[in-house]
Amino acid sequence: MSSKKSSGMTREQVLDMYFMDARCKLIDIAAFLDRVERSEGKDDFRIKAFREAITEVTGKKKDKAKRVLLSFSDPSKKPIEEAPGKGACGAWPGEAKS
Amino acid sequence: MRYIEPHAHMVSRTTDDYQAMLLAGCAAVCEPAFWAGFDRGTPEAFYNYFQQLTIHEPNRAAKFGLPHYTWLCINPKEAEDPVLAKEVISYIPEFIKKPNVLGIGEIGLNKNSKNELKVLEWHIELAAELDQLILVHTPHLEDKLKGTKLILDALRSHPKIKPERVIIDHVEEHTVKLVKDKGFWAGMTLYPESKCTAARAVDILENFGTDRIWMNSACDWGVSVPMAVPKAALEAKARGHKLKWIDQVVYQNPIKFMSQNKRFKKPEAI
Repeated sequence: MSSKKSSGMTREQVLDMYFMDARCKLIDIAAFLDRVERSEGKDDFRIKAFREAITEVTGKKKDKAKRVLLSFSDPSKKPIEEAPGKGACGAWPGEAKS
Repeated sequence: MRYIEPHAHMVSRTTDDYQAMLLAGCAAVCEPAFWAGFDRGTPEAFYNYFQQLTIHEPNRAAKFGLPHYTWLCINPKEAEDPVLAKEVISYIPEFIKKPNVLGIGEIGLNKNSKNELKVLEWHIELAAELDQLILVHTPHLEDKLKGTKLILDALRSHPKIKPERVIIDHVEEHTVKLVKDKGFWAGMTLYPESKCTAARAVDILENFGTDRIWMNSACDWGVSVPMAVPKAALEAKARGHKLKWIDQVVYQNPIKFMSQNKRFKKPEAI
């Protein structure tokens, strides 16, 4: 299954319904990146993952939402020894150093 | 509109929420056992929680005329302590025959640790032994993909577990196909800050079909919206989807899955 299935709406209807909301969110992302770049300090794994994810948004491949989610995901396969806590931060920090 | 809220943590919600859900057409609410936002810490605290889920909360819902169902487990966020988990799991058979209990849930993984996986396997074994439905929590954010794969492996490796009797919740675009292709049911959770938005949930329905899938709010003590399911139904309506298409997802599908437990009665909708 792929994103080739139609919503039943025309391109114009989709744009009428969602363009302004998406435009607003895109400007918010741009402002977020401006804010990060104005701040003191170095990039961490989260903002590196974020910049990588943006390349999925601007790419020509389909299933963009899925590709963004995959780009933030832990790609390892085996369970970890012990839970480091309860929360998730939204991006994979890499293999824990033992 | 009529709908069923198949995953809501009503012990954390107010009576205003119950009233709003009823006004929006909610015909039944189902409450999996979950993490309180802090560790309960002792087996006795879980025993009390199971009493709350099987006695107090259904009585509170009944005051509004709303049928209340529940699922029992120790949640994955407190599964790092196997000694505690084992004792809590030992209480489940005492509660499993209560009139509003539908099965074991929401079990699953949180950080994908070895102890979490062990406790998940104990729950799966118990569900198989007691012939119960299963409701699964998948991890959040960066842990979801790996956790979903580990959960699918654990479920599929048990010879007595039938996929059609298991719903795997909190699917997103990168996990929904994994779940549905293996014959399991899928749940989409509508959250304002994580998981799915209403628009994305309707996208997923359009791309992956309306069979073996439901939507829920999973409203709890955190940032969440008890009215998320009816709002998503309105999103689908605004796109031009037929009422029958919407009704299948928000009303018929929860009935179809949960009616596999005879304690679930098809609710009357106003």
